[in-house]
Amino acid sequence: MSQKVLLSSKEINIILHRLACQLLENHLTFENTVLIGIQPRGKFLAERLTKILKEEYKVKHIDLGFLDITFYRDDFRRGDKTLEATKTHIDFLVEDKNVVLIDDVLYTGRSINAALTALQSFGRPKDVELLCLIDRRFSRHLPIQPNYRGRQVDAINDEKVKVMWEENDGEDIIYLVNR
Amino acid sequence: MSELSVKHLLGIKYLKETDIQLIFETADHFKEVINRSIKKVPSLRDITIANIFFENSTRTKLSFELAEKRLSADVLNFSASQSSVTKGETLIDTVNNILSMKVDMVVMRHPNPGAGIFLSKHVKASIINAGDGAHEHPTQALLDSYSIREKLGDVAGKNVVIVGDILHSRVALSNIFALKLQGANVKVCGPKTLLPKYIDSLGVGVETNLRKALEWCDVANMLRIQNERLDISYFPTTREYTQQFGVNKKLLDSLDKEIVIMHPGPINRGVEITSDVADSKQSIILNQVENGVAIRMAVIYLLASKIK
Repeated sequence: MSQKVLLSSKEINIILHRLACQLLENHLTFENTVLIGIQPRGKFLAERLTKILKEEYKVKHIDLGFLDITFYRDDFRRGDKTLEATKTHIDFLVEDKNVVLIDDVLYTGRSINAALTALQSFGRPKDVELLCLIDRRFSRHLPIQPNYRGRQVDAINDEKVKVMWEENDGEDIIYLVNR
Repeated sequence: MSELSVKHLLGIKYLKETDIQLIFETADHFKEVINRSIKKVPSLRDITIANIFFENSTRTKLSFELAEKRLSADVLNFSASQSSVTKGETLIDTVNNILSMKVDMVVMRHPNPGAGIFLSKHVKASIINAGDGAHEHPTQALLDSYSIREKLGDVAGKNVVIVGDILHSRVALSNIFALKLQGANVKVCGPKTLLPKYIDSLGVGVETNLRKALEWCDVANMLRIQNERLDISYFPTTREYTQQFGVNKKLLDSLDKEIVIMHPGPINRGVEITSDVADSKQSIILNQVENGVAIRMAVIYLLASKIK
């Protein structure tokens, strides 16, 4: 197994600021907008963006939630392992809101598909956008594309994109791992 | 640990402590799901579950059915009283006929102890025991422990007394196994005639004085007097039982601490507990019922993920 660095801490920081600015451009006050991080790994990205928006761009209030998609996945009983759930925490209504779904890596699009189904349990949003840090090109199984993307990469199927966060893994870094 | 060590849920006796923790953590997520405005998830849309009840039940049957529907499984209901069982069909034949209609999982209640275990050796489907005679009622014990964990933070180290007819109770036996596995201290309390002779071999204390038992415990699980199972007279009259082993508000208020009152239902109001106790804020009887659905969703979800 070999791995190479895709993005360093400095590059990630620049990208996060750009994504925050793009969100700001479209949503400005975030009055009618909610951010939802997809569990387990999209949570860190969503928290980071919220922090930047609040601290550096002085957005007063942002509704931030976390959505677990385990029970909505289409591969239940198809793998060897039992799918393990994580916590869903959405303490606001998404009815008539602009929802931004946030995940770290967009690969086949199946997680996003499950997230869209899961989101219906919380109401009917006005519209739904997708933000991802890494967009793996040419690997989609479904017609799903991001509205905001950090970096596009061409990775073959044997490779895996590993996103590490300082608060969870000790440092901000993204690797391309050869399995 | 992300999967159960068993393929069937036949009794708490066959579970490991880690299995119980996994079921509780999964139930936490389902409890959040059933408190949403849309209480349904699509996980089990390709699974069919048969609920086979050879004995009457309201709560358990409804709770299982609701859990199955909230997971999007297809559900078949079968009551022995309206079936060919009365024409003399054997248990294996009945179940195999149901299974040939492509059923993946069977939830069964049966009056004979060990019926679930017997069935699991002869049929292919995954079996959940919803009560087998005076033997086990695993999902009830799981939801009882889950409710204690929710109310008191943890089960380990807590003192739990089970009061009433221990001899005929599957709830008592499953609860003893579950509580001991999680490190709680357990005592049983009731008339001597309703305590099994070798109950102390399970590592539980025996107390025949209700007041002493209540002073010792953090949680009192009050069992129902099961008149339908009492083939001979185990105590002189119901009134005398209530005087010695019934909990009323006066007794509860005279204790120097606030204990938690549980009851697996259905309650004989005025026999095991009085109405004011059942409806007091110390009682978590209705929380037990709510948690029952989440626990059963967790058990079904975890077992279904092992069906290939």
